[in-house]
Amino acid sequence: MRLTGSEIFMKSLQGEGIHTAFGHPGGAILHGYDVMLDYPMKHILVRHEQVAVHAAEGFYKASGKTGTAIVTSGPGATNTVTGLTDALMDSMAIVVFTGQVPTAVMGCDAFQEADVVGTTRTCTKHNFLALKTEELPRIVKEAYYIARSGRPGPVLVDLPKDIIMGRAEFKGYPEDVYIRGYNPSVNGHPGQIRKAAELIASAKRPVIYGGGGIIHADASPELTELVDITQIPTTLTLMGLGGLDTSHPLWLGMLGMHGTYAANMCMIHTDLMIAVGSRFDDRVTGKLSEFAKNCKIIHIDIDPTSIRKNVHVDVPIVGDVKRVLAQLNAELRKITRDWRKDLEEWYGQIAEWQRDHPLRYQQNPEGAIKPQFAIEQLFKATEEHDPIFSTGVGQHQMWAAQYYRGHHPRRWITSGGLGTMGFGFPAALGAQAAFPDKLVIDIDGDGSFQMTMQDLITCAQYNLPVKIFIMNNRYLGMVRQWQELFYGRRYSQVDLEVHPDFVKLAEACGCVGMRAERPGDVKPIIEKAISTPGPVVVDVVCEREENCFPMIPAGAALKEIIDVGEPVPDKLFQGWR
Amino acid sequence: MTDPKDYRKHTLSVLVENHQGVLAKIASLIAAKGYNIDNLSVAETLDPTVSRMTMSVRGDEWVIEQVVKQLHRLIDVIKVVDLTDEAHVGREMIFIRVNAEPVNRAEILRIVEIFRGRVVDVTPTSYTLEITGEESKTQAVLELLQPFGIQEIVRSGKLAIARGSKTVPKREEGKLRLASRKQAVGE
Repeated sequence: MRLTGSEIFMKSLQGEGIHTAFGHPGGAILHGYDVMLDYPMKHILVRHEQVAVHAAEGFYKASGKTGTAIVTSGPGATNTVTGLTDALMDSMAIVVFTGQVPTAVMGCDAFQEADVVGTTRTCTKHNFLALKTEELPRIVKEAYYIARSGRPGPVLVDLPKDIIMGRAEFKGYPEDVYIRGYNPSVNGHPGQIRKAAELIASAKRPVIYGGGGIIHADASPELTELVDITQIPTTLTLMGLGGLDTSHPLWLGMLGMHGTYAANMCMIHTDLMIAVGSRFDDRVTGKLSEFAKNCKIIHIDIDPTSIRKNVHVDVPIVGDVKRVLAQLNAELRKITRDWRKDLEEWYGQIAEWQRDHPLRYQQNPEGAIKPQFAIEQLFKATEEHDPIFSTGVGQHQMWAAQYYRGHHPRRWITSGGLGTMGFGFPAALGAQAAFPDKLVIDIDGDGSFQMTMQDLITCAQYNLPVKIFIMNNRYLGMVRQWQELFYGRRYSQVDLEVHPDFVKLAEACGCVGMRAERPGDVKPIIEKAISTPGPVVVDVVCEREENCFPMIPAGAALKEIIDVGEPVPDKLFQGWR
Repeated sequence: MTDPKDYRKHTLSVLVENHQGVLAKIASLIAAKGYNIDNLSVAETLDPTVSRMTMSVRGDEWVIEQVVKQLHRLIDVIKVVDLTDEAHVGREMIFIRVNAEPVNRAEILRIVEIFRGRVVDVTPTSYTLEITGEESKTQAVLELLQPFGIQEIVRSGKLAIARGSKTVPKREEGKLRLASRKQAVGE
């Protein structure tokens, strides 16, 4: 059967089970969009290509299925770069298809030409340039396989116009994929797992430090089992939230720069750190030379490059986190030990930290709304719906992470590694497209939201009933906080003095707008928003200069953590500010 | 992390897919991570779908472990072998265009003979020489010829092959053990 490249492309997507795509057409990809009309593809037309990529990320993180975005050449393709980089940093399985000018004029500065394969070389896990129409099925197959296997990541396929318009014999979508240079390890090395089990069994002050790998590997049940067997207190990174039920008695809260005091103290005083699907990011380790000086480290990760990249590891285990944890749990079950009794002293110490340094804020009932209060109320009021949350980047994101309560993985979507402002809303849009009937909530900041808010109209067009709560302090809050703490309160370009009226904006885009101005408004308006059908924007007018604590200043050691109300020692920042 | 005195030159033999863009991928990876390649040579292997890159990278054990792992992370990289501590034969080739006044010609030819080189081109005032050998040998030739006046040199970069009967690659490549995995699990 001789078909055009576009038909082969669509048939390949069908073969891969891709029925939802986010995208934006244009000249070079026109032929593909023409053929799309004849296929049952649910295509969501976004208003900016960056949104298509973030939506694909949200789709993946919420559902576990690889997200797909389709854009045109040149500006369409270059607009995806932020999203691709975000997906690479946070290991999001997505495939982006970009149109390209015909091969005959590539390199000639043709209209809407950009060297996309070159541009995206370092922000994709892998990229392809299709040079023969008959190769399309294999390329599509490999693209999806590479994106979702091993350490997941973004893959880009560049489709020149003559390749998708040309004809070739279509012999069906390949069932198998074989890439000789790519064989991700799956099972952990048994000897290493035994060593790890021995270390765990003899630790006095162990801590489990889990990351996004737990979510990507769907290893939440295995992690929970590990915690239940060993009774080891557990903290998760920003990317790992949801990997352990936040109501679990051994849950310490998030760790890192804005993590809980107790979680960070555990990382300082532990004698055995069990790192699971995490990568020792600088937001977690603080000053590296002061990190983990007196403990052994077990590091389980599917990506060998993550191991020993930043810190020395005593027992490295390369493999799929789900499989390795299952192997490790089996090994640990053979050990007879009264786990709780041996850790009693450690529990006592942790309880003291938790008692003396809890997360806290004071909401004056007559005063302005504290963002922490609004966020905590939001989690409480919606808990029974088991919603999916996404966030933008900044203070609101850190508060949301601190007060997060959730019982299942894949309900927390945020931009960690790259810290992409404007991520939250498109990610929520994508998650909603994956689960049209589920409650999806974007907790956003006014600065973040304004970066991608044009796509409210997309939500209205496709009736994607995302609920957006904007923690509105009319500041770029996190930058302002740093300027207050480390730059002597010299506020430079952080005051968003003139704002759109978010309620009217929502209405102008065919959504419902609401506003909360007093603490008493918060609860009723949350209830009203989630019971209103269709997309809703809630403008939560917040206290302007609230700071996010605890905080470990960038470049400082973990022990230099500053809790609420503690002064910021000047000497800490002289070296690097 | 470690002392610069632990730095030494490593010879990596890297098998890659022989298609367009692969060299650029490797070069940009190395550049992005801040590693430095001393020299690099690339050519097709017996299997025309596979190319071999031989590269010299300077670094301590930690840097080299990262380089090997990062190379492995590329989908187009099939295998990475660090030959440094394995028995191997290493050679580079160098062309030297050297001033050859009549009075010096005999002396230059004698040097070429001692080092088993060849004269590949002659003009009334110069010789172009071809020397093959380990880097220490080519370096020695250069030093000996320095007094005559060297006009230009062209070096191939190092080529290396493991000693013994082990052959890389076999035609069916896929099941080969990954060098980095061995290190990562700490066998």
